[in-house]
Amino acid sequence: MAGHNESILREPLITGKDITYARITEEILSPVENKPNKAWWIGFILALCGATLWIVSVGYTFWFGIGAWGLNKTVGWAWDITGFVWWVGIGHAGTLISAVLLLFRQNWRNSINRSAEAMTIFAVICAATYVVSHMGRPWLAYWVLPLPNQFGSLWVNFNSPLVWDMFAISTYFSVSLLFWYTGLLPDIATIRDRATGVRKKVYTIFSFGWSGSVKTWQRFEAVSLILAGISTPLVLSVHTIVSMDFATSVIPGWHTTIFPPYFVAGAIFSGFAMVLTLLLVVRKVLGLENYITMFHIESMNKIIILTGSIVGVAYLTELFIAWYSGSQYELYAFQNRIAGPFAWAYWLMMTCNVISPQLLWFKKIRTNIAATWVLSIVVNIGMWFERFVIIVTSLHRDYLPSSWTMFSPTWVDVGVFVGSIGVFFTLFLLFLRVLPSIAIAEVKMILKSSSEQTKLKLIKEGNLDKEHVQEYIDSLEKFDSVKQEEYAKI
Amino acid sequence: MSNIKYILGSFGDPDEMLTGIKKLQDNNISIYDVYTPMPIHGIEAKLGVKRSRLDIAAFFFGITGTITMLTGVYLATAVDWPVNIGGKTHFAFPDFVPITFELTILFCAFGLVGSYYASTHLFPGRAPRVMDLRATDDRFVIAIDAKQNAEHDKIDELLKSAGALEVKHNERKYISYE
Repeated sequence: MAGHNESILREPLITGKDITYARITEEILSPVENKPNKAWWIGFILALCGATLWIVSVGYTFWFGIGAWGLNKTVGWAWDITGFVWWVGIGHAGTLISAVLLLFRQNWRNSINRSAEAMTIFAVICAATYVVSHMGRPWLAYWVLPLPNQFGSLWVNFNSPLVWDMFAISTYFSVSLLFWYTGLLPDIATIRDRATGVRKKVYTIFSFGWSGSVKTWQRFEAVSLILAGISTPLVLSVHTIVSMDFATSVIPGWHTTIFPPYFVAGAIFSGFAMVLTLLLVVRKVLGLENYITMFHIESMNKIIILTGSIVGVAYLTELFIAWYSGSQYELYAFQNRIAGPFAWAYWLMMTCNVISPQLLWFKKIRTNIAATWVLSIVVNIGMWFERFVIIVTSLHRDYLPSSWTMFSPTWVDVGVFVGSIGVFFTLFLLFLRVLPSIAIAEVKMILKSSSEQTKLKLIKEGNLDKEHVQEYIDSLEKFDSVKQEEYAKI
Repeated sequence: MSNIKYILGSFGDPDEMLTGIKKLQDNNISIYDVYTPMPIHGIEAKLGVKRSRLDIAAFFFGITGTITMLTGVYLATAVDWPVNIGGKTHFAFPDFVPITFELTILFCAFGLVGSYYASTHLFPGRAPRVMDLRATDDRFVIAIDAKQNAEHDKIDELLKSAGALEVKHNERKYISYE
């Protein structure tokens, strides 16, 4: 296993010289085992301010009721559901990276899966807070569960997509949590065996007594594979069901069969954008350039072009069908999106989601860290506006022109949304401090086959096809963590 | 006889460790267990660890979820409180596919991970049975029961010739707790 050589044509997944197993442990655990630096504190304090804003806004909502939001009798769903769908969408990349890419044996997932999964869990927590806070009477949140009750055994409406959504989101959250935590066990054990005192005691509890024996590892891999197999359809089902919240209604602009695939593509699109937004910063601040390389960044950018283009095709298909269906309500809904009072939001969405990701076709942009980071934020903004456009523009001009109105958020709407970003970053920054941000064991697995040092050794041994070696060396040019002088001699 | 309970061969490289396993087995020395910081594919067969049956368990947990949901929904919508929605059938099967699927996955995942934790004795707060603290960091450790295999010098020699960086003679089985 460990001794197998990989084709020289594949780009390295770990760069740098003299990488040993000990050094991998050391570098990945350094943020966990040392005091945080200034950058972390600044980020954490900002995030904490956001989280406080969230508590204030949600507290205000609970005290005064949903009337604190900008909703009115025509637009009964706005920023709350926009925020919910946005967060659930962001929560898709983690499980996609850990499950789908595992089934496809994409080894580049090994160094990004851990933080992506953590991100998934925190994003779903943010989404879940929306569900609870938009209920108006959150202390009755358990009514969504099919529990035996005192109301004459009245059950939840199993025909309703909102009930399906409850099942989907809670299953997704708990399965993602299991997947993530089981994967963390060996790494927590690594921290445990290096720690002393109270830290050792704490990590001992959370490591579940992991020993790294043959049987544990073998079963571990079996469990990972099966979990990946069941999580793959789960990821697809979750956003499908979220889209059904809209698609099974009779509102023009929502009532379309294209919604499930279109929402799933959009979710992956926004999820990968958020992974890039976070990891580009993490890699720089924590000095993990050797593990999260340009190849990883470029691969994620390629997925963003693909899913962004699917989303673009879906937008155009919607427009075509609005006309081709012959339904004047459907057609009006889309005319209103394009040229109505919320046209600015529609065109912002189109620019951010369809036009700007196409820039990633250029290799120069795709492998430029600053450009990628800016584009990833643009995608996040665009995907927020996609949900806003779908929800608000379909509602604000309904069947009765006398009830047509506009929507404008109150400070509470804004506070809940901005605050939820604060909650997300607070959780993510805490995660970086207490748990390894990269799956240590999984990176060690690919060290002997896919690292730059192994490939350099193979080249020096000289039994390789010259053309292949040249191609490999050319592919290294884009890496910012590779010393190009090394290869100039060859 | 000495108090040595376990002999540990600590390797810095997985391939050298595999050589070590082969050398020991060629000399009919039984290996107690191997501790590694990452999964090493292929050694489970050499050490006689049987194929996992967790996949079979996962299937049955999943099916249990399917049956639970379908039964529950049937009881709720068709038996306990049937609601007439435009004269449609009470047990509207297609509507229940998404939730049945979700519950299948939920039961499967929890059952699977639960069985895994139970079968490998993992639970919160369990005292770790660690023979060498570096086995979760950068060492690949072969543990040999010293009581069962008397020729200690030969074992040392075999481990060293395979490339072991260190050979330890532990008088206690686990060093991780007092």
